[in-house]
Amino acid sequence: MPMRRKADNGRKKKPSRATNLMRLALSGLVAGLALPAVAMSGELDVRDWPSVLEKARGQTVYFHAWGGGERINAYIDWAGKELSRRHGITLKHVKVSDTANVVSQIIAEKAAGKQTGGSVDLVWINGENFASLKEKGLLLPMSWAPDLPNYRFADIAGKPTLTTDFTVPTDGLESPWGMAQLSFYYDSAITSDLPRSATELLDWAKTHPGRFAYPKPPDFLGSTFLKQVALELAPDPSLLAKPATDERYKQVADKLFAYLDALHPYLWRKAKAFPDNVSSLKNLLADGETEIAFTFNPSDASAAIANQELPDTVRSFSFEMGTIGNSHFVAIPFNANAREGALVLADFLLSPEAQARKQDPAIWGDPTVLDLDSLDEADKARFDGLDLGVATLKPDEIGPSLPEPHASWMERLEKDWTTRYGVQ
Amino acid sequence: MTNTEKGSLLFRPAPLLALLLMLGPILAGLLGVLLPAFGWMPVLGQERLTLAPFSDLFVTPGLLRSLALSLASGLIATCLAVLLTIGLLAGWSDTRLLRSMQQLISPLLSIPHAATALGFAFLFAPSGWLVRMISPDLTGWSRPPDWLFPHDPFGLAMIIGLTIKEMPFLLLVSLAALPQIEAGKMATAARTLGYGKVASWLYAVWPRLYRQIRLPVFATIAYASSVVDVALILGPTNPPTLAVQLVRWMSDPDLSMRLLASAGALLQLVVTLAALALWWLAERILSHLIAHAIGTGRRFQKDGVIRWLGALFNIAAVVIMLSGLAGLALWSIAGLWCFPDAMPVTLTLQNWMRHASMLSEPLLNALLIGLLSTLIGLLVTIACLETECRAHRTPASRSLSILYWPLIVPQVAFLFGLQLIAISLDVAYSLWSVVLSHLVFVLPYIFLSLGAPWRALDPRFAGIAASLGHGPWSILFRIRLPMLLRPILTAAAIGFAVSIGQYLATILMGGGRWETITTEAVSLSAGGNRRLIGLYAMLQMLLPFLGFLLAVGVPHILFRNRRDMAPTNR
Repeated sequence: MPMRRKADNGRKKKPSRATNLMRLALSGLVAGLALPAVAMSGELDVRDWPSVLEKARGQTVYFHAWGGGERINAYIDWAGKELSRRHGITLKHVKVSDTANVVSQIIAEKAAGKQTGGSVDLVWINGENFASLKEKGLLLPMSWAPDLPNYRFADIAGKPTLTTDFTVPTDGLESPWGMAQLSFYYDSAITSDLPRSATELLDWAKTHPGRFAYPKPPDFLGSTFLKQVALELAPDPSLLAKPATDERYKQVADKLFAYLDALHPYLWRKAKAFPDNVSSLKNLLADGETEIAFTFNPSDASAAIANQELPDTVRSFSFEMGTIGNSHFVAIPFNANAREGALVLADFLLSPEAQARKQDPAIWGDPTVLDLDSLDEADKARFDGLDLGVATLKPDEIGPSLPEPHASWMERLEKDWTTRYGVQ
Repeated sequence: MTNTEKGSLLFRPAPLLALLLMLGPILAGLLGVLLPAFGWMPVLGQERLTLAPFSDLFVTPGLLRSLALSLASGLIATCLAVLLTIGLLAGWSDTRLLRSMQQLISPLLSIPHAATALGFAFLFAPSGWLVRMISPDLTGWSRPPDWLFPHDPFGLAMIIGLTIKEMPFLLLVSLAALPQIEAGKMATAARTLGYGKVASWLYAVWPRLYRQIRLPVFATIAYASSVVDVALILGPTNPPTLAVQLVRWMSDPDLSMRLLASAGALLQLVVTLAALALWWLAERILSHLIAHAIGTGRRFQKDGVIRWLGALFNIAAVVIMLSGLAGLALWSIAGLWCFPDAMPVTLTLQNWMRHASMLSEPLLNALLIGLLSTLIGLLVTIACLETECRAHRTPASRSLSILYWPLIVPQVAFLFGLQLIAISLDVAYSLWSVVLSHLVFVLPYIFLSLGAPWRALDPRFAGIAASLGHGPWSILFRIRLPMLLRPILTAAAIGFAVSIGQYLATILMGGGRWETITTEAVSLSAGGNRRLIGLYAMLQMLLPFLGFLLAVGVPHILFRNRRDMAPTNR
């Protein structure tokens, strides 16, 4: 998954006057240099879609996307074949193991002064990595996403996370691709009593010592677990929507860490070791080492059953108050080589056809970003025909989607977590 | 102008070229670490030299434990691997056991570290294969026990995992060097003086052999103290080793963490150097002890127990490694396989079928890059060694130590800086930039494994040939190269395997556009799917395995009528 954590640059120093002067001089120089680049991105008119299609024909699009999921890879492979057949575009899936590495690559190119002909045309991204690229001005500097033909089907009104990525406004710099919401799963042949809140989870762990684990923060799923518990224990959940000041932070953190102190002795390996990520969590459940696992993709468990990774007795459940949800996107770097091709790909990924295929658990099982009511009958039927799988919660079962806290929370919680539990 | 002079002129630039190929990228890359370590990273708006990254580094929780783990894993794993090698060679040279071990380890050497580690983890985990085999019948466990292994806080799993992986490397390098030092004759001489088999070998052969394999041993220490993938799979997590910590910082989306990572990279360099220094110290002490032991005149004739222990541990190491890999192979064709089933409920070729179509490109890329870098590495190495030979120079130890650089400097540290340079020269993502970045690692390994046997070749062969009227070229092609065919092919196979195993260099310099089986394997192992990991581990083995097959097989066929060219002298 493209999600990783965010941390604001904590070491900003006040620049001296001399460097300020230099900056001024430099910025003048850079502004002069940057003019042609701006003119070039001006050439790109997304609203003139036929000319975008025209220019895209024959381009090779390097799509940098997490390569750890074979079904996801196969889906992207399919998109490439369709793109080549319909628009004469060659799609190359660059399989990355961590989206942060793509961010470094773009930074390295910027550092080397590579203003055009960059190696990344489109990147699968959200959250921290998006915030990082946006803040450093490393994305195509124009609001292009809303002008994509298929953007009109996106559920902008119903899904606030499509325009606010971990509290950062997307400003049309990235185009929605899929949805995610935390959900839990278990083997119904083994486990029958299910905790429906963080507090119940603690009691459950006490009666089932060693059978629950969460990935080690700053893994995004581990951090999400912390945020989920924090949201439930906070005296007022709206505190977390605002930046984490010392005063606000203390109210929430005290409760969270008291909870974790109580929980850890009953975790897998007594919390002396933590799983790495979502996949190791799944393997632990498959190996019978733990009894409850969780994921950000609600159809993961169904897909794993289909893939013979989990027994077919696995089922999902959610917390009563709801769970944290977010969206993931595709974005175009500032120096992308095949910008038009990247736009066509982003638009194709947003099409009802591609979105319905993506939601099919037999293919991938990633929830759609579209508003099904906005689709015509034929397209709607594509979604209605989907069997979401036995272990996937229906929209009315998964409970409300809670918003991601302000990025500053994650940074502080992860740091404190590492100080408290990172070394034992 | 005589023949000799012409030849020398042709070869003269070779050492310079080798230096440039190996050190250029590293120095450039290191500069890319050094500046950020002191707070200089203009891209991030950090333009002032400061010690802040270091003060941040030193307050990292658990840093001392991380350092101790890195140091200990480097030293202990190498020490155990060396002991295993000694145990086998000293007690069992010229036996069926050694010959069958040699046949077994050649393919084992080519297995990527990550695959070995994953196989090991699956074997020994509480829900792993061993426990599955005896559960629930013998143990009564229907659920796996809650043991902390692997990932144990003392790093035992990591150390054992590294040991069984490094043993084949050291053994193969030793076997390649043995014929050059007339080991058989030496040991026989000592035995006729009444020394036991092990003692004869230890006293008469080991000191000479160690001189030849010292560089590979150092490389092993450096590798084991800075390894990332094995430490991730088997090592402690709270805190992890320094190298793992480093990679986490390096790939943190918060870019200011790169300053911390750069400072950490320098610290990793110090840790690795410290491990080498400690080893060096131990070498001194041990050589005195051995000299003392020889002086006592004891013959150590009753060494049966030692010999059998040596055999036992070696066999155990190989069996562990093979069963781990068998486990992975089984996973690649497994259907549902739950605890405590000892075997999968169903077997299926589904994984292989589904991936067959996506495999040809990564395989061909790996082959192409591997062959090119091995070929260049081999040519440059031979040119260097030949220059040295013709100039009748013995290499200064300082110039030798330069060879360690690529193996000592943590990859994560200098590759980022290197990528920056490639991009600014606009040569990034091309085949040649990938090949050149592989050469940084391939060349030293070829040099390390070929240099010692080459220099140990008796110069009188060349002298006699020259006195019979042969020129330097004729001597090279008709005497040296044929006589050194075995070590040359071994070096090539090692170089090829090193190239196949490269992950970071391929990804960074290839910009992800040069997919090899290794880049595919690592990106898929991020998904933790044992079936896919098994499949790709099998494939990763395939290419280097063929290389080693050739390295062992070709001399075997060519020299079938030449007794003294056999791998172990009798």
